[in-house]
Amino acid sequence: MSELKEKISTEIWYEVAEEDNSFAAKKSYCSGYDVYGDLLGKVTWAEYIYLLFKLEKPKPWQSSLLESIAVAIANPGPRDLSVRGAMNGGVGGSTAASCLMAALAPGAGKNGGAREVYQVMRLWQQCQFDLTLWQQKLSNYEDEQTVEVWPASEHSPGFDPYGASCSTPVLQTLDHLTNIYSEGALAYLSTNRTKLEHFADCPLTMTGVIAAAFTDLELNDDQAEMLFLLLRLPGAAVHSLEQKKLGWRKYPFFGDKLTLTDDPASKDTNQPLQKIS
Amino acid sequence: MRGPTTLETAEDNWQTEMGAAFPGERAVYRGKDLFTELSDISWFKLIMLGITGKSFTDAQIKLFEAIQVITVSYPDPKLWNNRIASLSASARATGILGTTAAIACSEAKIYGNQANIVAIDFIRRAKLSIKNNHDISEFVIKDLKKNRAIGGYGRPIIHHDERIKPLLKRAKELELAGGPHVKLAFEIDQFLSSSRYKLNLNASGLSAALMADQGFDYREYYYATMLAFSAGIIPCYIDAANHKEGTFFPLSCNRLNYTGHGTRHW
Repeated sequence: MSELKEKISTEIWYEVAEEDNSFAAKKSYCSGYDVYGDLLGKVTWAEYIYLLFKLEKPKPWQSSLLESIAVAIANPGPRDLSVRGAMNGGVGGSTAASCLMAALAPGAGKNGGAREVYQVMRLWQQCQFDLTLWQQKLSNYEDEQTVEVWPASEHSPGFDPYGASCSTPVLQTLDHLTNIYSEGALAYLSTNRTKLEHFADCPLTMTGVIAAAFTDLELNDDQAEMLFLLLRLPGAAVHSLEQKKLGWRKYPFFGDKLTLTDDPASKDTNQPLQKIS
Repeated sequence: MRGPTTLETAEDNWQTEMGAAFPGERAVYRGKDLFTELSDISWFKLIMLGITGKSFTDAQIKLFEAIQVITVSYPDPKLWNNRIASLSASARATGILGTTAAIACSEAKIYGNQANIVAIDFIRRAKLSIKNNHDISEFVIKDLKKNRAIGGYGRPIIHHDERIKPLLKRAKELELAGGPHVKLAFEIDQFLSSSRYKLNLNASGLSAALMADQGFDYREYYYATMLAFSAGIIPCYIDAANHKEGTFFPLSCNRLNYTGHGTRHW
């Protein structure tokens, strides 16, 4: 009797092998749908992403909302920390994957990145539509874990610590997404935005809008964090490619903009140099 | 609203004590000239200086190195982070892509950097709270009930941890094994292993206690061990790169245990 082989357990994907090669799939099914025999040509990218995450066909408003989210965050622009990471890769001639990895790292953070979306998702789970709870959480935001690999939060998630007022693209996105689905978190956010901004003492930012939209799509916090990372990569990709082509001479280096506050050259030269090795 | 004042002040203005490169001239590292003051320093000592800003004795540096050598330098591609390097090589991606992805995933919860910081946080809190043997059970059980696990105790694959003995031996050789956190770690081990929870001190727990005795808090410990797994990861990449492409534990279609929805049409 042959030894029982270890298997990957999955409720997402099922394959039938080609008759002549057990390592090649003849049919691939995503949550029961034949991907290449049925879905291809019928579904939009947003519908397929929804299916992958939720394992069910989206309703029209759900795919429409996801598609608009994808457009809204596909490119945060070349000043964004994640896109700048990718451009630093491109300008130095780094590999394509490293440029995307360079976008993922800053784009993962608690300041405008995917971890901030995760945090706002947690707030929606905890506060839901209770304004008193939102006030408690936002006016004195505390990390759920005091010991974690992430740096401590410096602002209430979902809000821009350096904003003067809610920026036009954030408002436009919120309005547009709320028009697609006006019965849940997005609608609540639209109605109560100024109150929530007052609690946080900061204007609403994109992570706050997207987390509300992901809440309406009934994604969980982990799914929201992952999807936010994924959907922001197109901008990082193209800006990185553009800077690779333009070259380092046309890219900021901040040559004389760094001030070294502990410089041995400015110390008393009569002092003997201290070796520590 | 605070507004953008902070950003306006920071624009084109980065103040730092960490160091700088002066192209064509010199480089400064943590207030020292890299070429004249640090040119003969060991790489590990330089990293520890970069992380903490402090210089350490040779014995301390040897202890930090021993922790990384003995506890996480297993070039075994079955281990989840190492396997990422092997898969990258089998897919014929670059060495740095595979290695850095594996290092990034070393920040794991069931092992690795997330587990390590929980372990050092636990032993530091335990040291502050436990005044005598009588307190151990109360503190530990309370923590276990709250967090459903004790950082530095227990192991996913087997109970016994083969790394404890060699690490402790090395720490003793360096005369750095007698600190209060290490002593307490073993006292807690005695309690937990004989309790109904049957949890033993693991290498992460001993490493955390050794580092806590050297004055490291969880954040410094985290920084000090960010690259710790690299010595195990890199050989895994090279090994798979030296094998035929795609041959690292290939999976045939029937290796999927599908538990999802039955066949349907869109």
